[in-house]
Amino acid sequence: MFDLERWQEIFDTIRKNKLRTFLTGLSVASGIFILVILLGFGQGMQNGIAHEFEEDSATSVWVWPGVTSKEFKGLNPGRTIQLRNENYTSSLALFGDEVEYKSPRIFVRDVKVNYGKEALVYGIQGVSYDFQFIENAKMSEGRFLNYLDEVNTAKVAIIGNKIKKDVFKDIKTPLGEFINISGVLFKIVGIYSEREDREEERIYIPITTAQQVFNGGDRINNMSYTLPVMDNFDEAVVQAISFKENLQAHLQQVHKVAPEDTGAIQVWSALEEAKRYYSLTGNIKFFFWFVGICTIIAGVVGVSNIMLIVVKERTREIGIRKALGAKPWSIVGMILHESIFVTAISGFAGLIFSMGLLEIVGPHIEVDYILNPSVNFNVAISTVLVLIIAGAVAGFFPAWRAASIHTIDALRDE
Amino acid sequence: MIEIKDLHKSYKMGSNTLHVLKGINFSVEEGELVAIMGSSGSGKSTLLNILGMLDVADSGEYTLDGVPIKNLNETKAANYRNKFLGFVFQSFNLINYKSALENVALPLYYQRVPRKERQERALKYLEQVGLKEWATHLPSELSGGQNQRVAIARAMASEPKVLLADEPTGALDSTTSYEVMDLIQKINDQGNTILVVTHEDDIAHMCKRIVYLKDGVIVEDKKVKQVRASKYV
Repeated sequence: MFDLERWQEIFDTIRKNKLRTFLTGLSVASGIFILVILLGFGQGMQNGIAHEFEEDSATSVWVWPGVTSKEFKGLNPGRTIQLRNENYTSSLALFGDEVEYKSPRIFVRDVKVNYGKEALVYGIQGVSYDFQFIENAKMSEGRFLNYLDEVNTAKVAIIGNKIKKDVFKDIKTPLGEFINISGVLFKIVGIYSEREDREEERIYIPITTAQQVFNGGDRINNMSYTLPVMDNFDEAVVQAISFKENLQAHLQQVHKVAPEDTGAIQVWSALEEAKRYYSLTGNIKFFFWFVGICTIIAGVVGVSNIMLIVVKERTREIGIRKALGAKPWSIVGMILHESIFVTAISGFAGLIFSMGLLEIVGPHIEVDYILNPSVNFNVAISTVLVLIIAGAVAGFFPAWRAASIHTIDALRDE
Repeated sequence: MIEIKDLHKSYKMGSNTLHVLKGINFSVEEGELVAIMGSSGSGKSTLLNILGMLDVADSGEYTLDGVPIKNLNETKAANYRNKFLGFVFQSFNLINYKSALENVALPLYYQRVPRKERQERALKYLEQVGLKEWATHLPSELSGGQNQRVAIARAMASEPKVLLADEPTGALDSTTSYEVMDLIQKINDQGNTILVVTHEDDIAHMCKRIVYLKDGVIVEDKKVKQVRASKYV
């Protein structure tokens, strides 16, 4: 391996057989290239799907009331379920230990919103101070609602970044500005940004203010919770499902809803949904691996084929070398050394080229469900090694056979 | 230098056995230039292959420079070939992608001679065969005679005990043949032992001794008065 003379002999051979070397290298490099691109896109799809779930907290659980569809305890179907503050507080009393963040929400309707003379057509939602974490909203300026806002029914508002861009583009910052909601002035104290524009078209005010000032009473439109993040995904899913079922059962009992009437009080768990997608991406990944391994096998077969031809073509040369005193093992060693060298160089060339391509083009790919295709470097390196070893093994047998041909027969080979 | 006693060799041809060498007894002293003659099928090439350890005899003894040659495996044979023997073939057998110099240097590579010394020695032998100016040329750029001279230089480069030439002039016209024989005679003049297999009478008479082979046995073994090839060049 570190025999300088051998290296020189090999470089000589490579330099004088450029086409043969190029073709061997090309088949190896393209095999690696295809594999890395495939794996990259497999990862890209997984990233893309994971990204779709990042908009809200991954562990969030949402409660949406609906309309009953079954008769239960003498009550007619078709009843509209209305959540109230007591439902929220009782849910916390029962399951508060299990949740990390929680917030009720009320949609404030039939109000006019003005900033100066300009009418604003954005939805207003009354939420609790934890809601920021449930929505995964990032504060770009100022702060979110806090506990004091809630207990003091403060007249403060948080607006989305899109509203800032649309309405407050002429001033330096909307912080400290007042918006007029049906005659009540709210001071803007924070600006949040989200991944999607439509999620930034909201104005948040404290839920207590929303209920008292805008005639909400103790009504709430939905409730949301997040569960603590767990390392083990499967355990987290189990926990989320059990929390969801317990919560649903509790609310069904309170509102006298039939247990099988799941439409009346819908509880939706992001984790449970995510699990479906994760198993989907798992399958996709498996598929890409399968295709990738087939590609590697094709690459190995290609390398072996070329090795076979190379050895066949060199039979006479091998005979000459043996007549001049080359030992069989030195012949095998020389052929393998050369082929491993060529395979390794071209394998890494294919690897660098494909990873470079993923690195440069990947971040610019804007297709739904494909995000930043990339490949694990260790995986890529191991595939190159596999290909090199496979090429060596595949090259060994024809080389060994060629070296064991009788010298006179090899010399007669035309 | 070479001692052969009762050498037998047969080949299996399907169900038949072809007895090629039927008890050859033969010895060569150091510095001899021996022609082995015979019609095709007489066993002369087989004999040379056995002498060159490219083939193994069925029975009989073979001693080369005092070393008994037996129980050969490929590695051992390669070792002996490299140390004791130089080959010249009818079809030159040069490696086509290597220059004349590199071809001559190749046996030295297998003797583990360092690259620089290899090239110096190869160049010295190329000079001896009068091809120093052609050192960087590929075999395809040289004439047949030149190629055979490169092959002779290669055979000499490892400084062998015995030079084995299998029809060295078989692929050459008569003028070129005499040039090659002139070279072989000059090498022999320096004291090297050379065996030449040929079926051409004039080539055989340029050696010092002729061994006639017929149907696997030696029918005649005589010393001859050497015809100098330089007369014809």
